[in-house]
Amino acid sequence: MTATDTGPLFLVLLFPLLAAALAPLLTSALGHRAAWPLALAPAAAFAIVAANGGGVSAGQPLLFGFDWIPSLGIRFSFRLDGLSFAFALLVTGIGAAVVLYAGGYLKGHPGQGRFFSFILMFMAAMVGLVLADDLMTLLVYWELTSITSFLLIGFDHERERARRGAIQALVITGGGGLALMAGLILIRWATGLSSMSEILGSGEALRQSAYYVPVLALILVAAFTKSAQVPFHVWLPNAMEAPTPVSAYLHSATMVKAGVYLLMRLNPALGDTAAWETILPLFGGATLITGALLALAQTDMKLILAYTTVASLGLMIMLIGAGSETAVEGAVLYLLAHALFKGGLFMVAGSVDHGAGTRDLTALGGLRRAMPITFAAALLGALSMGGLPPFFGFLAKEETYSGLAGLDTRALILTGVAVAGNALMFSAAFLVALKPFLGKQPETIHHPHEGPVLLWIGPMTLGLVGLVAALGASFTHHVVSSPMASAVMGEAVDIHAVIAFHWGVPLMLSLLTVGLGIALYLAAGPVRAVLQKAVTGVGWGPDRGFDQAMGGLVRLAFSVTRWLQSGRLDFYMTTVFVIVAAALLLPMIAFGGLPTVPGVPALEFYEWTVLFMAAAGVILVLITRNRLTAIVSLGVQGFGVALLFMFMGAPDLSFTQFMVETLSVVILALVMTRLRVAVDDHRPWIQVVPDATIAVAAGAGFGLLLLAVTQMPFNAALSDFFIRHSYAIAHGHNIVNVIIVDFRGIDTMGEIGVVMVTGLAILALIRIRVGRRAPAMPDPTETTP
Amino acid sequence: MATPAPSAAVDAMLSTPVPAADMLIVMPLVLSFLFGSVLLMVRKRVEWHGWISVPGFALVFAADVALLFKVATGGPFTMMMGSWRAPFGIAFTLDLMGALFLATAGFVALAAAIFAVVSVDRQEKRYGFFPFLFLMMGGVSGAFVTGDIFNLYVWFEVLLIGSFGLLVLGSRHAQLDGTTKYAFLNLVGTTLFLIAVAYLYGVFGTLNMADIARQAADRTENGAVATIAMLFLVAFAMKAAAFPLNAWLPASYHTPRFVVSALFAGLLTKVGVYALIRVLVMLFPAQHAGMAGIVAWIAGLTMMTGALGALAQTDIRRLLNYVVIAGIGTVFAGLAIPQAVGAAPGALASGLSGAIFYALHSIVVMTALYLAAGVIARRTGASTLETVGGLWRESPLLSALCLVFLLAVSGLPPFSGFWPKVMLVRAAFAAELPWLAAAILVSGLILTIASARVFAFAFWRPLPQAGGTDTEKSGDFNASVPEHPAPLLPLVALAAFVLAAGVWPEWLSRLTTAAADGVVNPTAYIQSVFGGGA
Repeated sequence: MTATDTGPLFLVLLFPLLAAALAPLLTSALGHRAAWPLALAPAAAFAIVAANGGGVSAGQPLLFGFDWIPSLGIRFSFRLDGLSFAFALLVTGIGAAVVLYAGGYLKGHPGQGRFFSFILMFMAAMVGLVLADDLMTLLVYWELTSITSFLLIGFDHERERARRGAIQALVITGGGGLALMAGLILIRWATGLSSMSEILGSGEALRQSAYYVPVLALILVAAFTKSAQVPFHVWLPNAMEAPTPVSAYLHSATMVKAGVYLLMRLNPALGDTAAWETILPLFGGATLITGALLALAQTDMKLILAYTTVASLGLMIMLIGAGSETAVEGAVLYLLAHALFKGGLFMVAGSVDHGAGTRDLTALGGLRRAMPITFAAALLGALSMGGLPPFFGFLAKEETYSGLAGLDTRALILTGVAVAGNALMFSAAFLVALKPFLGKQPETIHHPHEGPVLLWIGPMTLGLVGLVAALGASFTHHVVSSPMASAVMGEAVDIHAVIAFHWGVPLMLSLLTVGLGIALYLAAGPVRAVLQKAVTGVGWGPDRGFDQAMGGLVRLAFSVTRWLQSGRLDFYMTTVFVIVAAALLLPMIAFGGLPTVPGVPALEFYEWTVLFMAAAGVILVLITRNRLTAIVSLGVQGFGVALLFMFMGAPDLSFTQFMVETLSVVILALVMTRLRVAVDDHRPWIQVVPDATIAVAAGAGFGLLLLAVTQMPFNAALSDFFIRHSYAIAHGHNIVNVIIVDFRGIDTMGEIGVVMVTGLAILALIRIRVGRRAPAMPDPTETTP
Repeated sequence: MATPAPSAAVDAMLSTPVPAADMLIVMPLVLSFLFGSVLLMVRKRVEWHGWISVPGFALVFAADVALLFKVATGGPFTMMMGSWRAPFGIAFTLDLMGALFLATAGFVALAAAIFAVVSVDRQEKRYGFFPFLFLMMGGVSGAFVTGDIFNLYVWFEVLLIGSFGLLVLGSRHAQLDGTTKYAFLNLVGTTLFLIAVAYLYGVFGTLNMADIARQAADRTENGAVATIAMLFLVAFAMKAAAFPLNAWLPASYHTPRFVVSALFAGLLTKVGVYALIRVLVMLFPAQHAGMAGIVAWIAGLTMMTGALGALAQTDIRRLLNYVVIAGIGTVFAGLAIPQAVGAAPGALASGLSGAIFYALHSIVVMTALYLAAGVIARRTGASTLETVGGLWRESPLLSALCLVFLLAVSGLPPFSGFWPKVMLVRAAFAAELPWLAAAILVSGLILTIASARVFAFAFWRPLPQAGGTDTEKSGDFNASVPEHPAPLLPLVALAAFVLAAGVWPEWLSRLTTAAADGVVNPTAYIQSVFGGGA
């Protein structure tokens, strides 16, 4: 691969980013018409990807990239094969449509430039995600889609619900991102594989790995959160708080499919195991049915579409895990069809809102005259979504059924789930596409009108592509679907589905689906009533569960923090000294470092007297109840030590110790009188005994350690050196002085600085006064809110 | 040990003059103390302070960068104070880890100084704001360049007393309360450090760290030495604000000026982390491996209690206090990866490299977040999540900067907090400590929630109508202070680092990897002190 081959492909990553940087400027210059030049960026990216399609459909993946962080073995590398090719086309193609749509939808909005910028940034992240080859490159782009999605959901930031939706999406998909991080790092550590290309070429390496189960679990959490599988699906309906272009683009056509993409990508390496073929259909099937049922309980067009998106994602996950090649082909075709029809239908919902002022189905009707083009676009989308010929959705459904149908129990259940889900989605599709346009126009709608060209060009194009792609099915399969399915299967696959009727099980299942769907459509009102009753009857859902989990986490955080940060200095001090005592005693006991018991030293009687005096001082501190006595006793102990220094021949040290002890006693006693505390210590024994125990334990620890250290041989090189050179070179008889001012003069300089700054700090403390002394408060700084 | 020949002056002192280039090592200290003293002399000319201090910190930063460049290209080097030979005199030895911390500290100090020029009032400047700042930076710089463990203690004291000065400046009631707890607990920590140094001297008979490091290799397992190592762990864990010895941090960091909080949060805990790495990994390698399990538990609990604490707070600065703690836990996770059997070769170095990377990231990002909180407080006159708001529309630049810092501190790409987490999670898996990896990731998720909450409240939500409820506001809330662009300038510079380390992390990861190798295998460090024959 030469650089000239891959240079243009880097532009695919770069164009949306450049457009994002230019968007605010262009928008302030051109207003909403900036959509036209901005849409050129994804369009150009689309063209570049498409131009590289030749080799890809021939089964030749294009690899490009460079070393990014060589010290960590991470590359910035990409892989264009059948799977990423199809995804890149969808992301850039639908991206161009959405940019145009956003130009019309947010016309005159003060934040339109910012919006363009965000959505183009998202596009850059999404293109990077689907093209990424190196695992860390993938992870970075994965997280970037979560971040940009957060900004887009919260775009309408002054509404509380938008902010909540944004945070919820960030928490759920961000959590999935962390699972992905753990999973990818685990793959790298367990197998040494660092890129998708290596993983795909590794055969059984991952399946045979001892870490297969944790890897699978982590990857599935990532995929299920991103692709809104039950019970993580809650963020997706709440993400509908975003402006409609975002819903159409991120939350139906592209980002939510990132999880599906990940599973498709890893299918050759992780799939084909019992766990894979159990977990995926289980979650996918549950999601399909839950999503489809909840869709019919809604009246807001966007929410209906959002829940059918959840259902569709469930269907795709189920098909990936179904285990047959045809099922995977069904998943591939359904993914392509879904991106086209669902993106278009969302835009239709936005246009209806724009033209008629509401998205509520119960308040809509008769718009066919006022909004004919939107109606046409809606029909194109719904026919594909309903799986009717000659649309692409029909091919997907036929392939799905032939992939699932069988006679064993598992196949029967999966087929049943698929038929039920598709029938429910069929009725949802036509509720959105027919209900607002047929019937009588309600009085409440004033002056409905067709949107400008920017608003309908996107959905019309997507709808027509869905039709043309099905009519030219063999070309579509050759260029897009077959290479994509091959990449998912890890071997060459040819898809042959075309618009034709073969009498057989799939067609019968299709007819059954359509029949059920029509019945559900006709009974839409009662069905909705029953479902809504059921939802309110259950009362609890994952959405409330999310709130409860968050609330529980905050309460836990609150109580832990309040317990740890009580605001009481004595509590903190106790903690510190317990730790100190443990740190001193436990290692000596554990590692056998306890000193041997020394023999009774031969001391003079005055030395015994002083020792006894010091010990008595310490004991008195522990047992006395009078604070002043305790202070003085401590001083007695200090004087004892000072005397010992004198006996040992260290008059400088001894003198310093006398000074310090005298001053401490005087100052402490003075402070005590100012503090107005009781003369006696009135704590009950229950508090005194533990405190005394901690004090004795810490003291014993220090003492034992000192004994142990003195029992080790002492390396006297330093003392010898100082004795030898202090007069000879440094010209001072007093070794201590020479050490202080010469050998270690820099220490002394630092300490002088300390003394000086202490003085300055006290000066500042005395001179700067803020009002009167504040009223006594228990602890003004630490009360946790 | 190389015993000098008796009574030969030439063996006691270095005879050759110190090369001029090596003099650079004292420049951060000399400049800090020089500028601090000059500012004291002109303390009544308050309007001069900014014009003196900002160039002063710029010079310190320039010296730091020059040192980093020298060490990165030429390896560690040593200058002996008073020309006494090691281990008898005090050695200033700078290796790559020290130089990285030094340069990052100089960077945020310069940013904070620029911020302080407009955000600190006359009276507090008059009573020594900038001299305290310079003295604290002198202490911080000294801690990073010294090669002598008692001298390290001295610099700890210097920076501690400088920080006392900054903490009480203003004398508000909340400040005094916070300072009391800060002072008591920190003095205990410093005293423990001093006691541990005394024991260490009793065992090794030397205070020079290179000398101890070369003895550490052939010292057998010993309970007393293990206890001394444990005492250092307790002392530095306390300085670094690790669980459960960190109560002083949430008790005090939200009480002084925002700029003071910013510098404390960025620097002081990281000096503790630096000292812990230096002492535990370089001086006590065997003991460190033995207590890796304890360090891992400290790391996990610090991360979780820090992240939960952040979630429990509504005052932005109190929330950030806990974010600092969670970051310290993450650094400790890197220290917890043992080099014992079972770990892949170089696992300690890679965990340690992640820890250093994370610490540098944390210095910059925490400083930036407290400074940003200061700007928020000035713009809205409030600092609790209930009372701030409306900044997304009002101030796009500030919003973008804060978003960058919040995402970085949550460990999301493409910002500086992401890569060290990748390194640490890798190291945790390699050491077969999956629960530690999980703790890193889960605390990251909780921090993401806390960050998203801050962002949603302070920026997205419209400004609430009701006024603030703070009983005692610090001077930063003075809404009559005219808006000034200077506070945003340092934020832009800090964001540039966050982006540079996030988008193109190779330069930094290469440096931190080399720095970690230099600490794990300190041959070059020892050679720079004792010459080739070490």
